[in-house]
Amino acid sequence: MPKIIVEVMPKADLLDPAGKAVNNALHRNGHSEITNVRIGKRIELHFDRAVTDDDIAAATKIGEDFLSNAVIEDVVSVTVEN
Amino acid sequence: MALFKKGSAAPSNVDTTANAAATPEKHQPWKELGLKEDEYARIREILGRRPTSAELAMYSVMWSEHCSYKSSKIYLRQFGEKVTDAMREHLMVGMGENAGVVDIGEGWAVTFKVESHNHPSYIEPFQGAATGVGGIVRDILTMGARPIAVMDQLRFGDVSHPDTARVVHGVVSGISFYGNCLGLPNIGGETVFDKVYQGNPLVNALSVGALRHEDLKLAKASNPGDQVILFGARTGADGIGGVSVLASETFDADGPSRRPAVQVGDPFAEKVLIECCLELYAAGVVAGIQDLGGAGLSCATSELASNGQAGMRVQLRNVLLRDESLTPEEILMSESQERMMAIVPKRDVAAFTAIVDKWEVEHSVLGEVIREPRLYINWGDEEIVNVPPRTVAHDGPVYERPVAYPAWIDALNADSSARLPRAVDAAALAEQIVEVVSSPNQASKNWITNQYDHYVGGNTALAMPDDGGMVRVSEETGLGISIATDANGRYGQLDPYAGAQLALAEAYRNVAVTGATPMAVTNCLNFGSPENPEVMWQFKQATAGLADGCLALGIPVTGGNVSFYNQTGDVAIHPTPVVGVLGVIDDVARRIPSGWQDEGHNIYLLGTTRDELDGSVWAGVIHDHLGGKPPVVDLAFELSLASALNAASEQGLIASAHDLSEGGLAQALVESVLRFGVGARVWLDEIKQVGGIDDTAALFSESTGRVLVSVGREDDVKFVGLCEARGIPVLRIGVTDGRAVLGGSAGSPSGGTASGDGTDARLEIQGVASWSLTELAGVHGGTLAELFG
Repeated sequence: MPKIIVEVMPKADLLDPAGKAVNNALHRNGHSEITNVRIGKRIELHFDRAVTDDDIAAATKIGEDFLSNAVIEDVVSVTVEN
Repeated sequence: MALFKKGSAAPSNVDTTANAAATPEKHQPWKELGLKEDEYARIREILGRRPTSAELAMYSVMWSEHCSYKSSKIYLRQFGEKVTDAMREHLMVGMGENAGVVDIGEGWAVTFKVESHNHPSYIEPFQGAATGVGGIVRDILTMGARPIAVMDQLRFGDVSHPDTARVVHGVVSGISFYGNCLGLPNIGGETVFDKVYQGNPLVNALSVGALRHEDLKLAKASNPGDQVILFGARTGADGIGGVSVLASETFDADGPSRRPAVQVGDPFAEKVLIECCLELYAAGVVAGIQDLGGAGLSCATSELASNGQAGMRVQLRNVLLRDESLTPEEILMSESQERMMAIVPKRDVAAFTAIVDKWEVEHSVLGEVIREPRLYINWGDEEIVNVPPRTVAHDGPVYERPVAYPAWIDALNADSSARLPRAVDAAALAEQIVEVVSSPNQASKNWITNQYDHYVGGNTALAMPDDGGMVRVSEETGLGISIATDANGRYGQLDPYAGAQLALAEAYRNVAVTGATPMAVTNCLNFGSPENPEVMWQFKQATAGLADGCLALGIPVTGGNVSFYNQTGDVAIHPTPVVGVLGVIDDVARRIPSGWQDEGHNIYLLGTTRDELDGSVWAGVIHDHLGGKPPVVDLAFELSLASALNAASEQGLIASAHDLSEGGLAQALVESVLRFGVGARVWLDEIKQVGGIDDTAALFSESTGRVLVSVGREDDVKFVGLCEARGIPVLRIGVTDGRAVLGGSAGSPSGGTASGDGTDARLEIQGVASWSLTELAGVHGGTLAELFG
């Protein structure tokens, strides 16, 4: 099934409490080689036909306006999987 | 995809004090940082050279309206001047500290304060509101107290505007997220919708904490040699959007990216910080403490030093960073949340470290307190700040801004509600009652308050929808406190002096009806731009009204907050002075409920009902009208009313008490029947006769100094005697009758979901209308869920 994948991350400069908590938990479990964890989200938009360039443009806009909060998050990638 | 550069190399072109002295002509972005030309000139005069960019950053943020109170200072002074010795008697810490502290007896003290987080909550409602809660809780913690409850005073735009839901959802979930995660009960507050708040919602947060007298902590660094320790969360680039102009001045285009203006809160980190601080206090290893809020390290270092009449030497390289690319200026300005600064005597540093390590709270020693009243901040070997801390923290500019009597106010005051048509028959009156109690501002706020935890901690005695929130402080004796907050922007617009006193009188009465004795006041003064002389006039009037009112009631203002520049476009919000009153009750078991619980009790109306409908909910909801003069305030009467309620409560004479305010008697009756699902039969004849008023005024007038009380038959004679002896007008206006089975748990009739209602409890207003409680619960309870659910 063709799909567009939108990935959203908390802005690099902002605190990411979930990432921080996981990072601390990893350190407690001995993974000191991991220096930082940041947690974002992956959103799949499914289609029952081939994805067009217009779809990608629309998905990018949806990602920026609707799926993410531009004040604290960034859309870091919009990719297509067929 | 690299959206943000992660510059790791230390900035090499740091603006040092030596550099500043050598390059006096260098252009600096003082204007972009919000400084006025004369303010910049004064900084140069204080330092005898141009400020370094770090110093400029510090001065600009500390001399901002938000931190320096430069426009409001001359008016706030009267809160400290219009006081008597009797008012100071229980005051352990007054204005000027992080929060006021009041002695409540038995060795206990409480500290409380309300603060605004209006502008961040419009940009990013969820995090703005959440960090508002976090900030005020840290203020309380800083005084040495354990935070025990929070409350929020919210003002949103028109319910029908498409943007309102975004702000409402964000703010409400932000508050519930942060408060619920912290495990603090949210025991009350206000929610008002009005188009004047459309582009500028008000999000005020109140917190209260309890401490033993000996645990009181102050934010000062006075002993040379004491260590300056920053602990809690790491410092990142939160909330420093404003200073990015400095970075762009100092660095080339490939310098740091534009920094975000918002902060992200982490309530679990704050919870750990609270427990960690309380253990530090108990161990006696902290000589002074300050939270980091607005203006971050700039504020904490300069205030601690200035308060202690000492100085400080700080190594900024020692600050633990979340983002290594931060410049020294940005580190000084960062508003990263969940951080504290402690002043720790050298001998106690090891004990301090052991405790923070136990809580897994990171810390670093930044420097030490010095005798010389000077703040030195180094970036490695380079000195970037060398200033007298007092000039940064306390001797900022003070403005006597122009004040002008508003050109429009006479016309507004002349446009009385007397010209508005009134209902001509019972059916029309009944319709208006339903319209009023189901309007967004008068409808049940359960949809919002049900998202908050009211009872966590197990000490909550009263919470929404009661008039005031009440929590137990001592689990041994039942000693507790009650808090209520109020503000009516519509009254404030008609007459800011009276508006502030009306807010005070209502909060005072709300505390009194819980059975507590009012003791102290806090405030959060939300106004438009101080550069508008008409707004400044409103501010002058409101502060005078509040200070005079507190003097008349004999309760001191212990602290507060001013929020200016609240406007939608060019239009200022209504003056919204949120007033919080704190009361003390010797045993929370004696509290007075706000709703009727038993059948066959007599219902009394205390106070006098006049034809006062200007600025009322009736005028607003039914006629979309705002004009005339607000109701008359009689503070001497409020005093005797409160003392009568207290005496009646101590003698166990009253079964319930509910204050009359917005929406008048009609609103109070509906709330009282729905609180516990007990119906009533009520008549208006005597009210109309005694006041010489009609049905509309009897039902909707917002005359002050009125309380609805229910009394068991056996206490009738004693109760009426007690009121008469104190000169409190008392009218028997009905009896409680019938019990409904409303949906939801007892005490929180949720909107319209009456179930198993085999009974026929009703609210009957004789000669007007009669409703089943199920019907009323539907109209009163359903509104907000329909709009936002």
